[in-house]
Amino acid sequence: MMKKDKNATAPWEKTKWYRSESAKSIFSALISIAIGLFVGAVIVIVVGLMSPTISSKDMWDGFKLVLLGVFSTGKTGGNLTFGFNPVNIGNMLFRATPLIMTGLSVAVAFKTGLFNIGAPGQFLMGTMGTLSVGLWLGWAGTPAWLAWLAAFVVGVVLGALWGCIPGAFKAYLNINEVITCIMTNWIAASLVTWWFDSHNEFKNSSEGGKVAYIIPLKNVGVVTPKLGFGALCPGSQANGGFWIAVIIAIGMWVIMSKTTFGYELKACGANKAAAKYAGINGKRNQILSMAIAGALAAAGAALYYLSGNTEFYWSTYMSLPAVGFNGIPVALLASNHPIGVIFAGIFMSMLNIAGLQLKNLTMYNEYISDVIIAVIVYLSAFALFFRQFLGKRGKNDKEMKNANAEAFEEYVTEKKNEAGVSEQKITEGGNE
Amino acid sequence: MVFLIQQTMQYAVPLMIVALAGVCAERSGIINLGLEGIMIFGAFMGVIFVRVLQGAGWTQDQGQLMVMIALIGAGICGMIFSLLLAFSAINLKADQTIGGTALNMLAPAIVLFFIVLIAHQNSLKINGAAGSWFMLSSEDFGGKAGGFDSAVLNVFLNNVYLTTYICVLVFVIVSVFLYKTKTGMRLRSCGENPQAAASLGINVYKMRYLGVMLSGLLAGMGGFQFALTIQNCTSSGQVAGYGFLALAVMIFGNWTPLNIAFCSILFGLFKCIAAVYATLDINGDGVYFLNDLGISPYAYRLMPYVITLIVLAFTSKNSRVPKAEGIPYDKGQR
Repeated sequence: MMKKDKNATAPWEKTKWYRSESAKSIFSALISIAIGLFVGAVIVIVVGLMSPTISSKDMWDGFKLVLLGVFSTGKTGGNLTFGFNPVNIGNMLFRATPLIMTGLSVAVAFKTGLFNIGAPGQFLMGTMGTLSVGLWLGWAGTPAWLAWLAAFVVGVVLGALWGCIPGAFKAYLNINEVITCIMTNWIAASLVTWWFDSHNEFKNSSEGGKVAYIIPLKNVGVVTPKLGFGALCPGSQANGGFWIAVIIAIGMWVIMSKTTFGYELKACGANKAAAKYAGINGKRNQILSMAIAGALAAAGAALYYLSGNTEFYWSTYMSLPAVGFNGIPVALLASNHPIGVIFAGIFMSMLNIAGLQLKNLTMYNEYISDVIIAVIVYLSAFALFFRQFLGKRGKNDKEMKNANAEAFEEYVTEKKNEAGVSEQKITEGGNE
Repeated sequence: MVFLIQQTMQYAVPLMIVALAGVCAERSGIINLGLEGIMIFGAFMGVIFVRVLQGAGWTQDQGQLMVMIALIGAGICGMIFSLLLAFSAINLKADQTIGGTALNMLAPAIVLFFIVLIAHQNSLKINGAAGSWFMLSSEDFGGKAGGFDSAVLNVFLNNVYLTTYICVLVFVIVSVFLYKTKTGMRLRSCGENPQAAASLGINVYKMRYLGVMLSGLLAGMGGFQFALTIQNCTSSGQVAGYGFLALAVMIFGNWTPLNIAFCSILFGLFKCIAAVYATLDINGDGVYFLNDLGISPYAYRLMPYVITLIVLAFTSKNSRVPKAEGIPYDKGQR
C-alpha cells in the first residue's frame, strides 16, 4: 500500500528532530486535520449564508462548535458556553474505544500490505458473539467476571475467523481483498440479522417503544467496571474498556516493532517477493494478519457492547456500522502507528461529539463531522505529497547538506570498522 | 413471469452501467473504488434536479423530459465528483484505494448533510409523487390501457422506465467507443503499458482523466437510475452496496463489456429474487413457490454476496486484470 518515499531519511543522515520520519507523519496528519476542519467550517459558513432559516448568530455558533464542540457546556440564555465538560470528555473516550480498535485493525492489515475494509463485518460478528454469550451466561448465573471474559473471547474469535476469509481468498486465490471484504461485510450484516431474528430470547421486548433492539448487557450484570472513570468523568459512559483498548494498542506496537513475527508481517507488506526470498511464508502471514485485524475489530465491538448500556439495533441487514469504516481514517491519520491510533481515535470521536453538539444546539446536523472525516481521508491519500513537501525543504538546506555529507563519511567508516576484521582476514589470505 | 423479467431488468441495468464505469477507469489504469460514492452523489443530484424542475412548475406531463434532464445532470455531477479522484490519483500520484474510499465516505456525508437540512429527515423524495410518475405505459405506445395482449410487448413497453433504455444505449455506445475507436484503444493502452503508450505520443494523463471522467459519468447515471427505479425516486445517502457489487461484476465479467452485460443480468436476477421472493409467482398459478419453501428471507438477502465470493473463487485464475491498474504513471519510469 505505502509507496517508497524519495525523501526518506537514510540511516546516516542526521536530521533535526522536526525533520525525522515520525515528525513528518505527525506534521502531515496535522495538515490534513487543519484542512479538514477548515473545509467543515467553510461549509458551515457557506450554508449559513445561503440558507434563509439559519441566522448569522447560529452560523457563528456552528463555526465555534465545529472547532470546540467537545468543550461545549450547553446554552445559557441563548449563548453558547464553553468549559470543561466531564460528560462530553467521558463520552468522547467511550466512543474512542471502538474507534481505536477498528483503527488498529486497519493499521495492522495495512502494515502487511492489505486494505482491511472489512472491519464493519468483523465488528458485527464480534457484536453477535459477545451479546449472545454475555446474555446466555448472564442468565445461566455464571459469575460476572467469567461471563465477561467468555463473551469477550467468543466475540474476538468470531471476528478473527471472519477476518480469515478475505485473507485466505487473497493468499490462495489472489483475489483483491477489498472486494471480498465488502462481500463479507454484507454477508455478516445479513447473518447477524438472521441470527437475532431467529432467537427471540435476545430481543428487548420488555421496554416499550424499543423495536428491534437487543437486551443490553447491564440487565444481566455483565458490565465492564468503570476503573476510575466513575470519579473522573461522572455521568458519562466512559469505562475501563478505554484502558483495555490502550493496553491492546501498546501490545500491538510491541508485537509489530519488537518481535520477529511483527517484522515478518511488515516485510510481507513492504516487499512480498523479498520476504519470500528471505524464507517468510507470505500466504500464512497474510491470513494471520487478517485474522488479527478481524480479532481487533471484533474486540472493539466487544468492548463497546460490554459497557452494558449500549443497545444493538439488530435489524441491520441494510446498513453497516460506521465505526468499522471510520477505522480507516483513524489508521491513515496515525500513519498506521499503533500508538498514534490511540490519539487519532480520540480525535475522531471528538469530531463525533462536536457533530452531536451541532445537532443539539444549532440548525445544522451531525453529518458535518462525517464530511470533515472524509476530507481528512482524502487528504491523507496525499500524505506522500505532504511528506515530500516537508522533506524538500530539509534537503535544500545548505548547512544540513554539509552536515549530512560528513555524517555519511562517518557512517561509512563506522561500517568499515565493523566489517573491518573480516575484510582484513580476506586481504591477508589473498596476500599469502 | 413478466413481473420477474421487468424486476430483473430494473436491478440489472444500474449494475451493468456502473460496472462499465469501473471498466472505463481501470482500462485507463486507475482503480475506481469510489463508484459507490459517485452513485450516491449522482442519485442525490438527480433527485435535486427533478425537484428543481418541479419547483419551476413542471408536472407529470413533462415527466419523461424531466427525468431525461435529471439523468444527464446526475451523470455530469458524477463526472465532476470523480475529478476529485482523478486529481489525487493522476496529478498527485496518491494511493488510489484510499482516494476511492475517501469518495465513498465524502458522498454520503455531504448528501446526508444537505438532505437533513432540506427535508429534516434522512431521505429526500421528489415532491408529491412516486417513481411510477415516470413509467411508460402501454397507452404511450398507442395500446389499450392496462397492457398489451402480447406478453413480449408487455415486458418491454408496459410499466417500464425510459431511462432504462437510455442506460442500455449508453452502455452500447461506450462499449463501442472503448473497443472500436482510436481514442478508446489509446485509453485502453494506458491501462496496460502507459510508458509504451507515451512513447507513441499518447498523453497518458489526458487518457486517464478521460477514463475516470467517463467512469464518473456512467456511475452518476447509474446512481440516478438506481434511485429512480429501485428506491422509488428517493435519495437516502446510500445505494445498498451497489457500487461494490458492480466492481465484483466487473471482475467476474473479466473487464469486457459483453461479459459484464451477461453477469449483471445474472446478479440482477439474484438481487431481484432477494427483494421480491415473497410475492414471486413465476407461472401465475397463485402458488408462491419461494415463499412456501420457508427459508429465512435473510438467506435470500445474503445469496448475491455469497455467490459473488464463490464465483470469484472459481474465475480468479483466468481473470485478466489491466496490467498497469493502480500504479501511478511516472514519466521517468521506462
